Amino acid sequence: MQSTSPAFKDNARDALADQQLQKALQNVKSGFIGKRAKARDRLPEFDDLRDASRDIKNHTLANIDFYLERYEEKVTESGGQVHWAATAEEARAMILKICRDVDARVVTKGKSMISEEIALNAHLEEAGLDVVETDLGEYIIQLRKEAPSHIIAPAVHLTKDQVEADFRHHHKDLPDERPLSEPTQLVAEARQMLRQRYLEADVGITGANFLVAETGTSIIVTNEGNGDLTQTLPKVHIVIASLEKIVPNLEDATTILRVLARSATGQEFSSYTTFSTGPRRAEDPDGPEQYHVVLLDNGRSEMLGSEFQDMLRCIRCGACMNHCPVYHAVGGHAYGWVYPGPMGAVLTPSLIGVDEAGQLPNASTFCGRCEAVCPMRIPLPKMMRHWREREFERHLSPKAVRAGLGFWAFFARRPELYHRIAGWKMRALAAFGRSKGRFDALPFTGGWTKHRDFPAPQGKTFQQLWAEKQTGGGRR
Amino acid sequence: MAETRPRIGLFVTCLVDLMRPSVGFAAVKLLEQAGCEVAVPRAQTCCGQPAYNSGDRADTKAIAEQVIAAFDGFDYVVAPSGSCASMIKKHYPGLFTDDPPLRAKAEDLAERTFELVSFLTDVLNVEAVESSFSGAVTYHDSCSGLRELGVETQPRKLLNTLTGVEIREMEESNVCCGFGGTFCVKYPDISNKMVTNKAAFVAASGADTLLAGDLGCLMNMAGKLQRQGVAVQVRHVAEVLADMTHEPAIGQPAIGEAADEESIAS
Repeated sequence: MQSTSPAFKDNARDALADQQLQKALQNVKSGFIGKRAKARDRLPEFDDLRDASRDIKNHTLANIDFYLERYEEKVTESGGQVHWAATAEEARAMILKICRDVDARVVTKGKSMISEEIALNAHLEEAGLDVVETDLGEYIIQLRKEAPSHIIAPAVHLTKDQVEADFRHHHKDLPDERPLSEPTQLVAEARQMLRQRYLEADVGITGANFLVAETGTSIIVTNEGNGDLTQTLPKVHIVIASLEKIVPNLEDATTILRVLARSATGQEFSSYTTFSTGPRRAEDPDGPEQYHVVLLDNGRSEMLGSEFQDMLRCIRCGACMNHCPVYHAVGGHAYGWVYPGPMGAVLTPSLIGVDEAGQLPNASTFCGRCEAVCPMRIPLPKMMRHWREREFERHLSPKAVRAGLGFWAFFARRPELYHRIAGWKMRALAAFGRSKGRFDALPFTGGWTKHRDFPAPQGKTFQQLWAEKQTGGGRR
Repeated sequence: MAETRPRIGLFVTCLVDLMRPSVGFAAVKLLEQAGCEVAVPRAQTCCGQPAYNSGDRADTKAIAEQVIAAFDGFDYVVAPSGSCASMIKKHYPGLFTDDPPLRAKAEDLAERTFELVSFLTDVLNVEAVESSFSGAVTYHDSCSGLRELGVETQPRKLLNTLTGVEIREMEESNVCCGFGGTFCVKYPDISNKMVTNKAAFVAASGADTLLAGDLGCLMNMAGKLQRQGVAVQVRHVAEVLADMTHEPAIGQPAIGEAADEESIAS
């Protein structure tokens, strides 16, 4: 997927002016925050589970080579095959080859952010395959030829009126009088359209929330059951997952599952938690004939051992963006690539480069709400700051910013000079602003005064007044 | 009694120093009332956050070293800001991972450093203050103080001891106001959206005064409320707790010089 991250500011401005989007974004706040808080409050050991989950992933990342090899052995033992993809390009080629080897025409897909990351749909479609997204949100945005705007709620940028209009436009057999104003009616309509496609599919592709080293199992969580139909009905099941999805054993997976849905949607557990291990065995009533896992690196092994390693603990629950005031303001598309919100602000520069995605870790007030809700206790603001440091070291930050900072730091590092100059400046500014108490415009403060007044200083600086007080002078 | 008085180094913060010294004097008054001896080292300017959050490690470290040296020897270092206190308390030690002696000094300073209001309640065990201030107030929880230092109940607890004060909680009091230091000028449109939301919640609370513990956030919110023509007074919580509200509220004209509201509310 081609990024528009360098145009983040323009994207943000457009998003802020988009009334429909702003209306839809209200649902992020109202739909997720309170539900997560309730789920957390209902589980006294929630914070202990967060610690345990963090520790599991830290242990796994410290020994990731061991666990990945063990995982591959177990997948092979159960009759499946693991394909190691260093890059997005390799992963796309591997998946296309598997599809071609079985002369596939129709491919169904469960929700997978990795598939977005490697831009899989476009690649398969160019090769002539018919690709069908089966997750409701993904299905909607596929109709609209859009990218997801949220990692667990891909169509959260849309109102239900927009979805109704899309269905009426694309579903030719849909009678005008059929009501479609309620979410349940929209779900029923999508289900009906998708049912036939499941049966036609030659290959089913799903992502993975976990890969279990002990058993060679992949786990997905869904709320619609579409993942199960995607992976059991076609003759080939391909799992596409990135390296860091690995956990040592089933107990580890279930520990993290206890914080995943609670953090994401506020559910105790997702409606479906599906474990799949290898292809159909002789005694199984159903299941695929072939089971493939495409394991994607795409920059992640570079993060190991770096100051960004903690990001590899991420389980893609979306809690960080659900609680992010910047995400609430501009939505996911403004971020310009696959992963939005705070997790995207850290991960995107790792995957596509800070030259391309440097805006994202800058567009944060460091309010810390993301870290406060992250089930894996990822220090997101700290890592955004690390990206700013990398930018600064490489002289990627804007020249004016560097110059201003240098000017300020020169004085901040020389207290006596600073106090003298500050004293003059503040008195002058105070004299100008005294009658109104504030300014509606000032030189060099356009970013501030475009939207808000700037208060006038009181007059003398604290240091001046304090010095006067110490020497017996008056307070004013 | 006098020999056991804790010696406090006041970290004034750059914004209080430049913009609103009355907050600094309110902090001094509160600390002295609680039995402290307060000094103000002159070798302080800023905690270094503008450099730190812009990725400029070298200047951050130089400023941090300056602060560490300036506040050597005090029993406690207190700042009328959660953000600056947190910078010293939570972030300074990490700047010196490759320099063990300085790291030790940074950790020592971190242990002694506190945000003003939580220092009063949690360290000095101040149970109540006296102030003639009266009115309906709403309190904004600034991010660093709230999430890095756990400042949430402490200011409300002290405000509740004032007979003339009624707290009217606003919705989303713990959501960022959009200031974020340089963020508000680097991303003015997003910041504007955030502070617009905040201003609406402040107005809806019905309070006549907005309080918080960080001057940056207060200037941002005051600037928005005034641009919108909302008649809410904005003050640092220390001014109210110290009964030092004789100075005009943030962005208000000096006494006797009434502002022309119409021309400001554009």
